[in-house]
Amino acid sequence: MTETAFRRMKDLPSTRLLGTGTPMCAGCGGLLALHEIYDILGEKTVFINAAGCMTLLSVYPFTPFRGSWLYTSMASAPAGAQGVRDALDILLEQKRISADEDLQTVVLTGDGSAYGMGLSATSGAIDRNLDFLYICYDNEGYGNTGQQFSEATPHAAKTSTSSGPRGFPGFKKDLFDIWAANRPAYVATVIGTEPLDLARKIEKAKNMKGPRLIIALAPCPTGWDYDPKETVEIGKLAVKTGVWPLKEYIDGKVVHTKIPRQRKPVEEYLQKQGRFAHLFKPERNEKLLAEIQQRIDVYWEGISNE
Amino acid sequence: MTRQLLTGNGAAAWAARLAKVDYVPAFPITPQTEIIETLSAWFDNGEIPGRMTTLESEQSMITAAGAAAITGVRVFTATSSQGLLYGMEMLYTVAGWRAPFVMINVSRGLSAPLTLEPDHNDILAARDSGFLQIHCATCQEVLDSTLIAYRLAEHEKVRLPVIVNQDGFYLSFTREPVEIPDPALAARFVGQFDPENTQLRASAPTSQAVAVLGGSPYSYFRYELHLAAQQALDVYDEVAAEFAEQFGRDYSAIESYRIDDAEFAFVMMGCFATKAKEAVDRLRDIGWRIGLVRPRLLRPFPEQALHDALADKKAIAIIDQNISMGKGGVLHTEVASALYGAKAAPLLTSYIGGLGGRDISQEELFEIANQLKQAVEKGSAPPPRLLYTAGELREMRKLQAIAHVERQELKLGEESDNDQGEGND
Ligand SMILES: Cc1ncc(C[n+]2csc(CCOP(=O)(O)OP(=O)(O)O)c2C)c(N)n1
Ligand code: SF4
Ligand SMILES: [Mg+2]
Repeated sequence: MTETAFRRMKDLPSTRLLGTGTPMCAGCGGLLALHEIYDILGEKTVFINAAGCMTLLSVYPFTPFRGSWLYTSMASAPAGAQGVRDALDILLEQKRISADEDLQTVVLTGDGSAYGMGLSATSGAIDRNLDFLYICYDNEGYGNTGQQFSEATPHAAKTSTSSGPRGFPGFKKDLFDIWAANRPAYVATVIGTEPLDLARKIEKAKNMKGPRLIIALAPCPTGWDYDPKETVEIGKLAVKTGVWPLKEYIDGKVVHTKIPRQRKPVEEYLQKQGRFAHLFKPERNEKLLAEIQQRIDVYWEGISNE
Repeated sequence: MTRQLLTGNGAAAWAARLAKVDYVPAFPITPQTEIIETLSAWFDNGEIPGRMTTLESEQSMITAAGAAAITGVRVFTATSSQGLLYGMEMLYTVAGWRAPFVMINVSRGLSAPLTLEPDHNDILAARDSGFLQIHCATCQEVLDSTLIAYRLAEHEKVRLPVIVNQDGFYLSFTREPVEIPDPALAARFVGQFDPENTQLRASAPTSQAVAVLGGSPYSYFRYELHLAAQQALDVYDEVAAEFAEQFGRDYSAIESYRIDDAEFAFVMMGCFATKAKEAVDRLRDIGWRIGLVRPRLLRPFPEQALHDALADKKAIAIIDQNISMGKGGVLHTEVASALYGAKAAPLLTSYIGGLGGRDISQEELFEIANQLKQAVEKGSAPPPRLLYTAGELREMRKLQAIAHVERQELKLGEESDNDQGEGND
């Protein structure tokens, strides 16, 4: 699996298969990742979507997709993939369609679905060894309904339902590990601002069978409260500070694909986002900042001798 | 053609087999489970081609059913009660997809309180979902209606999912002699699945079930759904006529029993209507002019047929095996709407009976007939009533007394444990 068509930046496709002019916000980190992902997956795909920001990609009579699309509900996109995959398999087995009519079934949901409401359907799909690729764009909240906290919201972040001085009291759920514990074909974290790492992972996932998950951290100017032009910088900082570890689960092992040598202090990432402003103003919340930093340090200590 | 003793569930499974369904997404629930167990055995033995997938919920099951149907295969599924409600979001959704497939619902009362026994509140909760509904009264009808349902669902003027409803226990678990049509004839009748313009293929990318902006396109598509459902009335008549011609069994949109010269009528849905038929016969024996009307189709609603069958009666008893809290019987409201404005419209009386599988006795039906007669004499209908006997109420009071005594015992026990001298109330 070490063969890759993507050795350096200039190997990346510049097709821009996904159309423009969508109603996503300027600077949407989720859309950035989707553009890159779609260029590699290509148009022989059906995107099975759950309720969220990206539902508005396809609004009658327009779609940015060259391939197919099916909107289901907030909870049941993986079951939609099951129905489509089963039907295509039946049609192929019975030779009612030719092999080149086949489609890659791709589930596309936000974190609210992937970490929460859709988790039962996801778990069922993994149990059944469904051949599908799940793409979760993780903007760390219920973005479409105005960024309330979700199961993916990080500790201390302000959201429209955690607006007190300490922000969100809970902790971001570890979807990567939940998936990996089920021994699926593949799990990877990506981010649109690391396009080479992303491309290699999508390339790998595309050529596998079985349940596969890609979690793309999706910097979200609207929900995270920052200027859209900062998306790339914030995305890069998410990786450099170690907040968003880039890794993959494959053949029963977890491998980190990009280990930040000199991790930057997490403050640099937090400071750029209005949702964490209360950690710095009116005065610095040293205790909370230290807690957040420590949690990141502990994570990386655990994997330092991989 | 063979004749076998089959339960309603067995009849439903046979219908799926005869319709040569490709795909069965499934999830167990009493009293439906035997349907999917039967199909599962056939798939596993290789007796029938295709595939069954057990999902992890009905929400997922109905999503998978709709998704497979619009990918281009013939789909069958089944559920009941809590399952139907668990999948409710997707009932509306897949109807909007115009996914043509057939689902059996085995009617069972809804929680709370929890019960396994039948009434029609589950299926009526799906009334406005966009699924068409065919209600059955015999096991034979379950099989035959399911074959008809495929023709209806897949018809180019309709393209909507269809629910075939049968009553839990009374049909689902009761063996009746059922004629199983010759497979070749049944296959010819149902025909091959034609995905028309709803399919997913690499060479023909499509976006399905997309969002709309604003009420205008939304209204357009929703009303289109309504028109398709209304067109299904004529299509049903055509298909049922063809079925009658080929198989000799007649399933008009409403069943009318000894209705033509009747002054009075019972109106009921589902298999309890056979009890009313019995009562009709006995009342006719002693000189009554009374009949029965049983809507088979609930959606689309056979308004004209009901009007034609009932408008000239003196009084009608609508016996609802369901209850809309704060309003009353759902069928009562529906029938009233079909008769509103009729010249010299009949008096309508409303009865709620058979909730949670409670039986409806012949005596009760005779009493209802008497009340119809009295209503006509008085010129006004009595208020709606729950069918419930003094004996039942006495038994209910006993249960309540036991519950009360047990609670007191518990309290007294606790008090003596704590050795506290507080008085009880
Ligand atoms: C059953 C159901 N409950 C609630 C909603 C309302 N809703 C629509 S999108 C959304 C948030 C989804 O969050 P996420 O999956 O993270 O996607 P995002 O909006 O962030 O893109 C919610 C709660 C819904 N569509 N369906
Ligand atoms: S709210 Fe966030 S995730 Fe949603 S479209 Fe806007 S930027 Fe993207
Ligand atoms: Mg989100």
